[in-house]
Amino acid sequence: MMTVEEIKAAIEAALPDAGVEIVCNPSVSGQHSLRLAPAQAVAVAKFLRDDLLFDYLSNVTGVDWPDKEVAEKVRVTRPVTKTVDGVETTVEETVEETRKRVAPGCLEAVYHLYSVAQKQGPVVFRLKTVNRTDQVELPSLTPIWRSAEFQEREIFDLFGIVFTGHPDLRRLLMWDGFKDHPMRRDYVEPDDFEYEPTAHDQVLARALAHQAASRTAQEAAAPALGAGQEGTGASQ
Amino acid sequence: MVDEGLKIELGKQGVFVTTIEELYNWGRRSSIWPMQFGLACCAIEMIATTMARYDIARFGAEVFRPSPRQADMMIISGTVTKRMAPQVVRLYNQMAEPKYVIAMGACAISGGPFKQGYNVLKGIDRYIPVDVHIPGCPPRPEALLQAFMTLQKKIDGQHLTGEGRPRHLDAEAQGEFPVPVPGEHDLEPASNPGVWTAPVVIR
Repeated sequence: MMTVEEIKAAIEAALPDAGVEIVCNPSVSGQHSLRLAPAQAVAVAKFLRDDLLFDYLSNVTGVDWPDKEVAEKVRVTRPVTKTVDGVETTVEETVEETRKRVAPGCLEAVYHLYSVAQKQGPVVFRLKTVNRTDQVELPSLTPIWRSAEFQEREIFDLFGIVFTGHPDLRRLLMWDGFKDHPMRRDYVEPDDFEYEPTAHDQVLARALAHQAASRTAQEAAAPALGAGQEGTGASQ
Repeated sequence: MVDEGLKIELGKQGVFVTTIEELYNWGRRSSIWPMQFGLACCAIEMIATTMARYDIARFGAEVFRPSPRQADMMIISGTVTKRMAPQVVRLYNQMAEPKYVIAMGACAISGGPFKQGYNVLKGIDRYIPVDVHIPGCPPRPEALLQAFMTLQKKIDGQHLTGEGRPRHLDAEAQGEFPVPVPGEHDLEPASNPGVWTAPVVIR
């Protein structure tokens, strides 16, 4: 069984500018993965298949990393005016400040490889997009492993990653005219919470919001219908 | 109308008295041909119901027709995804009157465990009129038989004239139900208000 370090070394020996890095998994399972540079991904995948004999791609999945606000402490040097012995002097002072910045999110495609020939696996590698709004292109690995075809279509459908070089990139589960990507964290589902008999938690909140919205809509519509209609509107 | 006691008394004497309505409904309810289609795992239970152990042939419903033109009843057996819903409504529209619908299982009646999913319809009764709802995940074949007997009772109780008569005898009745169109975010419309209104939840 090759470790990820060995695989990384093998890739770098064959393809010096592959740009492979190891993503450590701190959990007990310790299933570390490799992150490939999208530009070299097809060449590296071909090497993994042909030379390291990873002939079976079992799973492709997507991950959405939304934009995240990070608080970090920064040491800042700034001039401060002080009165020392009745004389005003400007002194440089170093202060610790907490600054917040938004770490841009990204989308990831995760591939799980096995080698049937060498009885080993899984080897996990990831491809990362630049951001999650407009530059969401990744190279398709369907030409390398045919089994990626439907799973890349599913990721395209549910996460919105565009796989360049895919032979037949269409939506898989949702219809063609559908605009959203349901597995993204910021997906807003349609407001069809009019009947939730056993609602709890998030669903309850959505159901209550829906009821409040429809009530205000009713009240807004009631005066327009005329004074005679108001009695029936109130009883509902 | 013949008095019920008199009818039984006459029957003992070998005289069989009935009404056109009774005879007509007896004929209708005794050979309901279901449509041959299944949507998910409930279909396995539906298939079991047709086989020798449960034997839906006892009720005259063993002839599953692959064409909606020849079917009287639609068993919505399984999850109706939003992508499948227009096809289900279209098939229902193609069935000849009188037609009946059994919504089988949690998914068909409400969306079931997938109710909050992005791709599952929250119950087929939002688009087509459902005669019998069966809860269960999946319902046992006995439950489907029970639903079938409930439907037979309903057909038996239908008067051929007046309010609530079967739709094929009502020239005013709605024949076609609008097929929802896949929109940008959801099916449009999200439900057919002529068929379904949100029930009032009492807490």
